[in-house]
Amino acid sequence: MKKPTAAAVTCAIANAAGFLGDNLDAPRRLVESARVDYLTLEYLAELTLSILARLREKDPNAGYANDFLDVLASLVPALRSQPQLKIVTNAGGMNPLACARAAAALLNDAGLGDLVIGVVTGDDLLDRLPALEAGGWPFENLDTRQPLGDLGREVVSANAYLGGRPIAEALDRGARLVLTGRVADASLTVGPAVHAFGWKWDDWRRLAGASVAGHLIECGAQVTGGFYPHWQGLDLARVGYPIAELAADGNCVITKPAGTGGAVNRETVAEQLVYEIGDPSHYLTPDVDVDFTTIDIEPLTADRVAVRGATGRPPPATYKASLAYRDGYFASGQLLVYGDDCVAKARAAGEMLLARVREAGYELERSLVECLGAGGGVPGVDRSPEGLREVVLRVTAADPRRQAIERFSKEFAPLATSGPGGLAGYASGRPPVRPVLAYWPTSVPRDAVSPQVEVRTAAEWAAKEG
Amino acid sequence: MTQTIKLSAIAHARSGDKGNHANIGVIAYTAAGYEHLHGVLTAERVARHFGGLAASRVERFELPRLWAFNFLLYDALAGGASRSLRIDTQGKLLATAVGELQLPAPDNLAAMLKAGEEGGSAGRGEGGNRRRESSS
Repeated sequence: MKKPTAAAVTCAIANAAGFLGDNLDAPRRLVESARVDYLTLEYLAELTLSILARLREKDPNAGYANDFLDVLASLVPALRSQPQLKIVTNAGGMNPLACARAAAALLNDAGLGDLVIGVVTGDDLLDRLPALEAGGWPFENLDTRQPLGDLGREVVSANAYLGGRPIAEALDRGARLVLTGRVADASLTVGPAVHAFGWKWDDWRRLAGASVAGHLIECGAQVTGGFYPHWQGLDLARVGYPIAELAADGNCVITKPAGTGGAVNRETVAEQLVYEIGDPSHYLTPDVDVDFTTIDIEPLTADRVAVRGATGRPPPATYKASLAYRDGYFASGQLLVYGDDCVAKARAAGEMLLARVREAGYELERSLVECLGAGGGVPGVDRSPEGLREVVLRVTAADPRRQAIERFSKEFAPLATSGPGGLAGYASGRPPVRPVLAYWPTSVPRDAVSPQVEVRTAAEWAAKEG
Repeated sequence: MTQTIKLSAIAHARSGDKGNHANIGVIAYTAAGYEHLHGVLTAERVARHFGGLAASRVERFELPRLWAFNFLLYDALAGGASRSLRIDTQGKLLATAVGELQLPAPDNLAAMLKAGEEGGSAGRGEGGNRRRESSS
């Protein structure tokens, strides 16, 4: 990795968490095996915030990514020995201030009370939804165009996707740890890049380049060999997490630490570039509208791939926002069905189960019987193979009434004695009944959102009242 | 009978969710493969292959510099990650499933295979070359 001389020429930005639940050792392993300037940790999938919102309802000091505290503890030695290392993460979830206090206490106890923590807030719109709706903003569903007012369900979380600007501001003000709630995933990389290179916020080409780098690393090992069809021989058990070596012109090299498993090649990079995108000419972030169709990918040496040529235009006039609303209850159970007639038997057992729920007085709003192993994974694409002797029966249901789903959950076990022979797997017990939090993609005008940045030392955050 | 090949012989893919829509990025191993797919891997053909998902429509986007296409399968996820009853709530399997798509065989198949696999059975076997390419 090139060392910066006067002005930064290359900025190494890594990612070692692609979602809440990703490998807990990846961040420590990454900073132990490579010297990077920024370590980003991404924890907030579309629905993660709604789960964190429910945790905060029960405990005003909860609602952030708890995993992050374990990760941060594992990063203390690197924070001590690597003065260049900074951490940027959306681990704050629904409660960035509580996350900051907990992180600060941890760092303070570790003798890092001088470490500066910047906290970005302002994404949480929940309390302001009624006023914004009354002010004439309908929070239309981006897919269905239905206004939120027609939904008639309880909204449990509402968050705007903030951009990289408040992150850059926190870094400008000396933060080594930046904690945010909802920000666009790519913006976790754009913020550090703008801070490092001093780009203008209307330098669309460079912002586009950094956004592409951020998009490529945001899912962690998915660009270094994870999710790749040619997995044989890649030593994925020891997979290295990605590093984007970003240049001052906005182009980057995607790589991973030496001596780790996985691979970075044209194919892994191209796959991640097209992962979860819509129109590739308009990859929209709060920072820039990126055109992926001008990008070139060029393999350099082993596990080093250059990504160049992204172009950009001004971002949309609105921020994307995601809402979650309560949508009844859900349960799903599985049984193994064995024998020459396993597929017919599995279907019949699934229908028996649903018939018994009906007999008990519950017409379920939605239910599904799947035969896993007989083409259930992708409906309609695969046929049941000849000579199949076992299949997993999966029965799933959703309904507004908790009692209906509880009854559904209780109908799996009776199949052991009153269903066809050749069924196993009852030992896992009744499937859990869980509330459904459904996703409502929408937008909010930029001027209705004002990101806030608070910067203090760990010692100061730790002393702050909640 | 017309000769056919599996899409996975000349391209790889990645899929995921965007709310209730699924996306499948399909990437040819070579420029020649991209040219062939440009003609035969139409939105209609992908929609037919995934008819069981009951998508409302399928749209194809082109990324010629990357030898790639992005297919958007609208309303294909039965409610999406939060509401779908399916085991694959997020469409992660679609990348593998699209590889099963049967396409008219090109004249110059050898020019479309993954590097190092010209002699192998198309798109199937993985030789020991993976380790050499990926080791660091």
